Amino acid sequence: MRNIWTLFKKEFRSYFNSPIAYIFITVFLVVMGWLVMTGFFIENRASMRAFFGLLPWAFLFFVPAATMRLWAEEKKLGTTELLMTLPVRDHEVVLGKFLASFSFVSLAVALSFSLPITVAALGNPDPGPIIGGYLGAFLMGGAYLSIGLFVSGLTENQIVAFIVGFVLCFLMFIVGAEFVLFSLPHWLVPVFKYLGLGSHFDSIGRGVIDSRDIIYYLSVIGFFLWLNVRWIESRRWA
Amino acid sequence: MEAQPAMIEVRNLWKSFGETVAVQDVSFDVRKGEVLGFLGPNAAGKTTTMRILTCYLSADRGEARVGGYDVFEESLEVRRRVGYLPESAPLYMDQGVVECLEFVSELRGIPGRERASRIRRMVEVCGLGDVMHKTIGQLSRGFRQRVGLALSLVHDPDILVLDEPTSGLDPNQIVEIRDLIRRIGREKTVILSTHILPEVQVTCDRVIIIDRGKLVASGTPEELASRQGGGTSIHVEIQGPQEEVESALRGLAGVTSVSWKAAKRADRHCYVLKASDGETLTEEVFRLAVRRNWVLSKLSAEKASLEEVFSALTSRE
Ligand SMILES: Nc1ncnc2c1ncn2[C@@H]1O[C@H](COP(=O)(O)OP(=O)(O)OP(=O)(O)O)[C@@H](O)[C@H]1O
Ligand SMILES: [Mg+2]
Repeated sequence: MRNIWTLFKKEFRSYFNSPIAYIFITVFLVVMGWLVMTGFFIENRASMRAFFGLLPWAFLFFVPAATMRLWAEEKKLGTTELLMTLPVRDHEVVLGKFLASFSFVSLAVALSFSLPITVAALGNPDPGPIIGGYLGAFLMGGAYLSIGLFVSGLTENQIVAFIVGFVLCFLMFIVGAEFVLFSLPHWLVPVFKYLGLGSHFDSIGRGVIDSRDIIYYLSVIGFFLWLNVRWIESRRWA
Repeated sequence: MEAQPAMIEVRNLWKSFGETVAVQDVSFDVRKGEVLGFLGPNAAGKTTTMRILTCYLSADRGEARVGGYDVFEESLEVRRRVGYLPESAPLYMDQGVVECLEFVSELRGIPGRERASRIRRMVEVCGLGDVMHKTIGQLSRGFRQRVGLALSLVHDPDILVLDEPTSGLDPNQIVEIRDLIRRIGREKTVILSTHILPEVQVTCDRVIIIDRGKLVASGTPEELASRQGGGTSIHVEIQGPQEEVESALRGLAGVTSVSWKAAKRADRHCYVLKASDGETLTEEVFRLAVRRNWVLSKLSAEKASLEEVFSALTSRE
């Protein structure tokens, strides 16, 4: 437990050791703010719909950018040899990295809380979808992060990690979408609908908090973190 | 010495990477209070063996125990007791020097109140005082090596595995680090790899040489040196007609071989004589030169060196 905390601190701090973190957060806030505000003035209603509708798409870019460094850089610099010969368990390292990236992305999302507050001041929005939307955002972000972290371990090139992470997240997001379901044999529809990251997000985003959706996200996160741990173990057999 | 327990035991270790067999059937022991030098040409398998001992890689076959624990079954126990300096001292470039010492101390489980004093001690021992407040990325190669060394020592480990510990260090620092290793080696167990053979003679109690993954020799530096013919080599620099000198030298009693080496000046020639007994032969060489009226500008006898043993055992003929 203490090791996870130490590893977490190191990873979280290293986001802020370079200007990338500040640029990342600023761009995220500006893009989201601009999209929501234009939506607000065009539609002239106090809805956070636009915001949460856009969040999964924004995450497709931001999350792989937040995770690409985590393993790829260690592999490139050879620091895995320093880290993995210390008395730490493989899962502690994976959790430390995951929690650090989760906190970082959560920080960006939390800073965007200023948006619903502005909207609330301007109109009189329904709090249900906003709470659900944020909950869904954290879960969805977590799922993307676990995918991105795993992918980062497969290469020592950060750009490759970013692109592969993006594609994998995109596929996971899209499999449950209407137009994909439409082209499938009907017995496969429920399977794909269940597997898609997007479909679960929609229902939470409507303010309907269903434990099945939460379990779904947690299992996606758990699965990819588990794969990551297995991958580290298998490295020793390389 | 013999009564001391073996802290590192390696038995019939094998490791290959695809087609390359990096380690083949290697076995050796390192006892408590011993500094073992690990020699071998490039790509011999030294780093690979050390990575197996520190649980970074697993072996294909064979057994390795460190501090009494199996490196595969009880990897955490092994890692707790070992201090490891990897080959090129990989470090996190964005951390500060103190920050990275703190990071490793925390993961090493050094309690908070001892941490500061351990770190201060390491800064002193490894000569990091001047760079304490810098970021690793700003350090020169040699200072990174020192930081890597500090990281491997910070928890005062019983067993040290050092892969080319003095590479990149300046001469003063090399002397200090060698002294440090000797001092640590009195009570602890050290295995170090190096390409600097004189270093082995001053720091190591015992040496093993591996070549293309196979163990080719082991013993004390003196034992190994004397094994190679056991003789003496005499270096002679003479001013005189080359062929005449060479055949005259070859004619001396007790000379087993004569080889010519270029000298710094064109009119002089260097010869290396191999002989079983050096003492009387130097006198003979001197008399010969006097008799023939050749100018003798250098005459020295040297015990067979580790270098010769090394090249004899590992040359690619
Ligand atoms: N990760 C790896 N993948 C493939 N081959 C490897 C790997 N690591 C080492 N090898 C190969 O194993 C052999 C032994 O390498 P090793 O690094 O152990 O040599 P070394 O004795 O440390 O050499 P040096 O003196 O140059 O440091 C080499 O042929 C090397 O190419
Ligand atoms: Mg090596």
